[in-house]
Amino acid sequence: MKTLIGKVLKYNIKNLNTDLIIPARYLTKSDPNYLAEHCMEDLDSEFNKKKEKYNATILVADSNFGCGSSREQAPIALKAAGIKCVIAPSFARIFFRNAINIGLTILEFKEINALNTGDALEINFKDGIVKNLTSNRKYKVKKMPLFLQEIISAEGLLNFARNKILKK
Amino acid sequence: MGLTITEKILKDHCDDKKASAGDFILARIDKCLANDITAPIAISVFDKIMEGTKKAVFDAKKIILTPDHFTPNKDVASAEQCKILRKFAQEYKIVNYFEIGRVGIEHCLIPEQGLVLPGEVFIGADSHTCTYGALGAFSTGVGSTDLGVSMALGQCWLKIPETIKIVYSGKLNKWVSGKDLILYTIAQIGVDGAIYKAIEFTGKVIENLSMANRFTMCNMAIEAGAKNGIIVPDKITKEYLQNIRHFNYKTYENDKDADYFDEIEFNCSFIEPQVAFPHSPDNAKPISEVDAIKIEIDQAVIGSCTNGRLEDLITAAKILKNQKIKSNVRCIIIPGTQKIYLDALKMGLIEIFIDAGAVVSTPTCGPCLGGHLGVLASNEVCVSTTNRNFVGRMGHKDSKIYLSNPAIAAISAIKGYITSPTYSLTK
Ligand code: SF4
Repeated sequence: MKTLIGKVLKYNIKNLNTDLIIPARYLTKSDPNYLAEHCMEDLDSEFNKKKEKYNATILVADSNFGCGSSREQAPIALKAAGIKCVIAPSFARIFFRNAINIGLTILEFKEINALNTGDALEINFKDGIVKNLTSNRKYKVKKMPLFLQEIISAEGLLNFARNKILKK
Repeated sequence: MGLTITEKILKDHCDDKKASAGDFILARIDKCLANDITAPIAISVFDKIMEGTKKAVFDAKKIILTPDHFTPNKDVASAEQCKILRKFAQEYKIVNYFEIGRVGIEHCLIPEQGLVLPGEVFIGADSHTCTYGALGAFSTGVGSTDLGVSMALGQCWLKIPETIKIVYSGKLNKWVSGKDLILYTIAQIGVDGAIYKAIEFTGKVIENLSMANRFTMCNMAIEAGAKNGIIVPDKITKEYLQNIRHFNYKTYENDKDADYFDEIEFNCSFIEPQVAFPHSPDNAKPISEVDAIKIEIDQAVIGSCTNGRLEDLITAAKILKNQKIKSNVRCIIIPGTQKIYLDALKMGLIEIFIDAGAVVSTPTCGPCLGGHLGVLASNEVCVSTTNRNFVGRMGHKDSKIYLSNPAIAAISAIKGYITSPTYSLTK
């Protein structure tokens, strides 16, 4: 899995639930771009604008990110909105699974106080290192096991499984 | 450092011999399960994986399909969903596909059929798959994509959870059941109290608890955010399995020096029957407080994967015998499986229910998820033995659900307000 370099958009919010990520009223369509348009809109109607303003691809939030319903559309919406990685001290379990399964990188990182909107980060998943290029500080995170990196590199669990079946 | 039962089971199901709590593993699964809501998506994932290859499931004996949520089909859309399951089952010769007439609520049916055994890794595309921890298996709910992949590979990626040990000491008070213990527990630790974690139920009270009550407790582990609930197999587990003629399985125990994330003790002598107020399962209050405020109800539901077992129906029948349901209350009783239904029939329970003025439904999830057979109108109030009282879970978004054990639900149906047999049963 490649090292990711990107900028941060941060919401200092705990329990940011899947209804805030993508409201249920938009679940009638499954087109990722449509979902992306409405991503986070009940939390912050300026989400897409801010994301562009800061050129942000890394979303940072507080603990228990993605709690609530098990809708897979939540990570799909974030990914389609151009988010490459979500960082939070903890994730709701099903969101965690869904994110990996659709190929959205997520990172458990306790010290979100060290990250601010606009900061540039360099994340090395292989070695488990987060560098804040703006504040020039370095942090260690748990290394991602190889097969999880493979799943994300394959853009999700389905392709990962297909690759395995094709190799058989 | 020693390992917990959950850690040991998962470690034995992967290639990483050093795996311990917190690690991600690619686990070999023993069984997997999907229902009429989740299987259609899982099947389409499976089809995509297999496109252009020699299609085959990893093991036709290890996949279980239970059309139980909207069945017997309530409308055309649900009939189409079930048709997908049926076709898939025929095409891949799925041994454990349960047709209407044989199907029951999945988490009642699967243990009853001996389809889950101690020491197994069982995943299901349904959040209450955690129920089977009561038998000392590792079982957990996953998404439809996970399930589609599992049907192809026989593998599922998992994070080995740390374990919270909960010790239940003291003595159970009258009318207090596994349901009350778990509602009490969730109220203490919160709906996020055990996120990612395994909850291990232990202590003197658990050692003497029936399998039905153990299933109820593990069933609601998810309501505290847990990945799985688990109880180390003992004499009671063994007897249960003997009765369904299963003798060959591997049991695991905790190491003496097992490392727990946390240990909590509850003295059951102080626990009354519990009622969880809308709209969260962690909103439980003791029945003495609830009785005092006389919450009037429109409906009482006794059933679901939480409390639809024979023991639950026996409890309800004890209270409903020779009594009449209050004229303005609907009481809906749903046996969990066909076998439970038949046993209840033979024992005369069904007669008691119908004499009391209750409706007895064929086994199905039905009202538990607002599907059918008992959906609530606006502002209606229901006391229910199910597991979730979220906004709109049983119908209209302005309806209210109070969660309780079967005894409380039954006596409340007679009285018309939420109460306990302790106050209201004059026998
Ligand atoms: S009875 Fe309710 S909780 Fe149980 S499987 Fe059915 S819908 Fe889910």
